[in-house]
Amino acid sequence: MAIRRILIANRGEIALRVIRTCRTLAIETVLAASVADLDSLPARLADRTLCIGPPRPSDSYLRENTIVQAALGVKADAIHPGYGFLSERAILARLCEQEGVIFIGPTAAQIEAVGDKLRARAEAESAGVPTAPGGAVENVREAMVLGREIGPPLLIKAVGGGGGRGMKRVDRLEDIPSAMELAGAEAGAAFGDARVYLERFVERGRHVEVQILGDGNGRVVHLGERDCSVQRRYQKLIEETPAPGISADFRARLHSAAVQFAERLCYRSAGTVEFLVDLERDAFYFLEMNARIQVEHPVTEAVTGTDLVAEQIAIADGRGLRLKQDEIRREGCAIECRINAEDPARDFQPSPGTVRTAVWPSGEGVRVDTHIVSGSRIPPYYDSLMAKIIVHAADRPAALERMRRALAATRIEGVATNLAFHADALTDPEFETGGVDTSYLPRFLQRRRLAQEVRAHG
Amino acid sequence: MSLTAKDVAEIMRLLEQSSFNSLSIEIDGVKLNLQRGSAAPIQQAVLSAPSTESLQPVQSAPPRAKPPSEPGLSEVASPLLGIFYRAPKPGEPPFVEVGSKVEEDTVVGIIEVMKLMNSVCAGVKGEVVEILVDNAALVEYDEILLRLRPGA
Repeated sequence: MAIRRILIANRGEIALRVIRTCRTLAIETVLAASVADLDSLPARLADRTLCIGPPRPSDSYLRENTIVQAALGVKADAIHPGYGFLSERAILARLCEQEGVIFIGPTAAQIEAVGDKLRARAEAESAGVPTAPGGAVENVREAMVLGREIGPPLLIKAVGGGGGRGMKRVDRLEDIPSAMELAGAEAGAAFGDARVYLERFVERGRHVEVQILGDGNGRVVHLGERDCSVQRRYQKLIEETPAPGISADFRARLHSAAVQFAERLCYRSAGTVEFLVDLERDAFYFLEMNARIQVEHPVTEAVTGTDLVAEQIAIADGRGLRLKQDEIRREGCAIECRINAEDPARDFQPSPGTVRTAVWPSGEGVRVDTHIVSGSRIPPYYDSLMAKIIVHAADRPAALERMRRALAATRIEGVATNLAFHADALTDPEFETGGVDTSYLPRFLQRRRLAQEVRAHG
Repeated sequence: MSLTAKDVAEIMRLLEQSSFNSLSIEIDGVKLNLQRGSAAPIQQAVLSAPSTESLQPVQSAPPRAKPPSEPGLSEVASPLLGIFYRAPKPGEPPFVEVGSKVEEDTVVGIIEVMKLMNSVCAGVKGEVVEILVDNAALVEYDEILLRLRPGA
């Protein structure tokens, strides 16, 4: 059947991103919006907007029954969940399956398979994809045995966690009992699943992920990797492709590991397989799979010339993979900066409010995905992402220069943003060289603070 | 034989696929009037890739209820997005009609969310003056369902 009307169960820039692709495909859009988002740009640009509930996500965006009822009520053929909110909740995908609404994403069973991090780890092992030394531990005694075997430093991770949530670092074996107890209690409270597992902590690791598309029948292609090592407390701030300073052979091994993993699951839709690249050991380990479209997908679109949301829709519509692996070319370098409404001077605290002025850059090789215009309100109930500035150029130095100019052309008034932070990072010699690991950002922030103090007192 | 919510949904689906614009049927005293076209696009705005200049917002507040017929009326808004039913079951008389006297806790309708029925109370004592939503229509959160004239 042909998808003619899509209900978008999300907000902000990703809602607008989905609307944009639907427009080019002549698909009608119905936006499910909370009270706080009724005058947002996506709400104005969707063909129809439905008010689904009060501002708090638990009263609106996280209510799967309301979302599916809304889709049935407007006779939407499909639901696009975006990222976050219900995008990786098997319960929404399952409800869609039961009600005959197409879920633009993987099957409920696939979401469950990758949502349970231990199960995902086991699937990776079965697919012949390397995992970091570690495994499930049921009690302190088992953790001590395994911990001694692997050697510190270690990470205690929640089985139901992910994206950096529910992790504890342990530097000495004698700290395992207390950390285990704490991690278990926290995981139980946060994810309703107190199970934990142990993994080697990689000191100098890079976060490199591979974008894949699967047709749900076992065919999978990859669209190259993204380096997302510039993170603050596991929140990505700058992403780029290709990953700098990685050999062609290593890159090819990463790509095929991701494809192998997704093939094993018979994965359907767009997904990302995340790896931890261990620089000291010249190895990589499977971290987790994200069963959704990701925030940083535009850098992949820039170098491959694809529209990943359009591919998601085509797959959901039963048209399978329209791209063959040898047709997917990656040209040049793309970088994305996430512009957040947060105050770097106040430890990156969110700064909701009304945007008095918003001037975004434009021009060749510059793309801005944003729902923010002058006068937009940034409600305090949701994440602080205002925009993604994406640049594309022939090589990394040219892309860096293009991003510097794009950032300089951006003007935001009314709320605090991390624009200045990005501008500084883009001229930092270490980042300019490329290939930084995940410990880079805290180090850079400290250097930056010192430099600011010197300027202030000198 | 009575008409269930599922039947109504099925009839709506058939109408959607047909070439007709409206349908009226009567089964066992239940009248069903359906009209196509409620989900048509409300507005068109130019939206072109990457430039943000073209992303100028089009003013369009979500559909709001028509203005009240007299001043001083109090409104009953939907507490949820869902399907609004005026009667406890198909074939039964509606909870209230225009002119009905209600107490604060009088049930004036039901909102169905995925087979879960939520009753809506009048909230104030008074008389029903307007009923703004048709039976079995999709209502949004906070959409005005009826208006009451408060009083004894």
